[in-house]
Amino acid sequence: MGNFDFDVIQRSMGYLFTTGMVFTLKLTLLAMTGGIIFGTLLAMMRLSANKLVYLIASSYVNLMRSVPLVLVIFWFYFLVPYIGAWITGASEPIQVGAFASCLITFVMFEAAYYCEIMRSGIQSIPRGQIWAGYAMGMTYWQTMANIVLPQAFRNMIPILLTQTIVLFQDVSLVSILSIADFFGSAAKVAQRDGRLVEMYSFVAVVYFIMCFSLSLLVKKLQKRVAIIR
Amino acid sequence: MNYNWNWSIFFEEAPDGTGTYLDSLIAGLKWTLATAGTAWVLALVIGLLIGTLRTAPNKWLVRMANAYVELFRNIPLIVQMFLWYFVFPEVLPTEWGNTLKQLPNSAFITAVLSLGFFTSARVAVQVSTGIQALSGGQRMAGVALGLTLPQTYRYVLLPMAFRIIIPSLTNEVAAIIKNSSVALSIGLIELTASARSMQEFSFQTFEAYSAATLIYLIVSVVAILLSNLLEKTLRVPGFIAAGSAK
Repeated sequence: MGNFDFDVIQRSMGYLFTTGMVFTLKLTLLAMTGGIIFGTLLAMMRLSANKLVYLIASSYVNLMRSVPLVLVIFWFYFLVPYIGAWITGASEPIQVGAFASCLITFVMFEAAYYCEIMRSGIQSIPRGQIWAGYAMGMTYWQTMANIVLPQAFRNMIPILLTQTIVLFQDVSLVSILSIADFFGSAAKVAQRDGRLVEMYSFVAVVYFIMCFSLSLLVKKLQKRVAIIR
Repeated sequence: MNYNWNWSIFFEEAPDGTGTYLDSLIAGLKWTLATAGTAWVLALVIGLLIGTLRTAPNKWLVRMANAYVELFRNIPLIVQMFLWYFVFPEVLPTEWGNTLKQLPNSAFITAVLSLGFFTSARVAVQVSTGIQALSGGQRMAGVALGLTLPQTYRYVLLPMAFRIIIPSLTNEVAAIIKNSSVALSIGLIELTASARSMQEFSFQTFEAYSAATLIYLIVSVVAILLSNLLEKTLRVPGFIAAGSAK
């Protein structure tokens, strides 16, 4: 342990943050946005009175929630080119970049988890408000967009952000496909320079600082966003 | 689409010489269950201890337990696995480190350790939530009866808290089974890894991953059924926990 080499961290810092961390953060933010949008739609479907719509959404969510993310990453890595070919009508599976493939994977996977959060958010809004919306002559979509979802979203912001911290950590799993996210790029440097101890410790410290400060922020936010009734 | 379907691939000989592809998937499932099961025992024991400490009357004990939880919650699991696998043996005295590296099932042992400690932090949070959900009168009643504080925990608080949190522990059991798949990154050939190697050898990607997905589904359904049964048998009469109303 005496020959801990701080220099390798300093040398690779630029690469780690400009390539790896940028990839991780971009993927986290885009997957969060896509996941919340798709998850909200799934939540509305799960609360639908239409049996078929309900069944489709809940089987999707339950399937995603009982399969490990690693397997889902493998699934989509294989499937996305085929789906792309199916959509564009090409005869060969089309080439999709690593980033796009990962983004689709995480949007599809995290949506199932965001769905459950948004579902309890929607259910936390008193039914009377929905009836009031209908009584005013609003359609389902108007009631949802103007009355229910803004409140549900606000109520759930702390939990949505906590899930986003989980997502931020989960992104490190794309390194299994040798993609240079923050962890993946550190692993590449570690193996190239034979400096495993230094690089992995450094990655752990960075993740800890980022996730811990984010979770403190979420705790603060929790007190501020609560709607006073 | 030019994909060659071949569902009989499962009964063909796998090139690793252990039997058919189906056999290798089942061997993978066994590693998944062994890893998750052993790690779960570790997580439960440590989680109970740390969760109890989080509700202790001593400020420093609480702080230490909280620090433990934050440490294991805020580092991604795959990074923790690499820490245990590559960094931990180096931090130990040289001889110990070498012994650890030469153990026959070092990937399995590392996976159990990292998964166990990772999950223990999550179990600890559930345990302390369960203890705090009990009315303060129970602790006072225990002490008033002349029990020492450890006795109050042992005979009054923990048995109740434990039964309250069974539904949330069910989620953790499901999570630990899923999380064990991360161990493929340190070379453990568990279910996901064996599906992947089947895909690499046979090119029947769709079949391999479908089989793995199906097995995971069955395992999670069985786990949920078992813990519902456990929840029913252990339910405290007349005590409805907040977490169980679903």
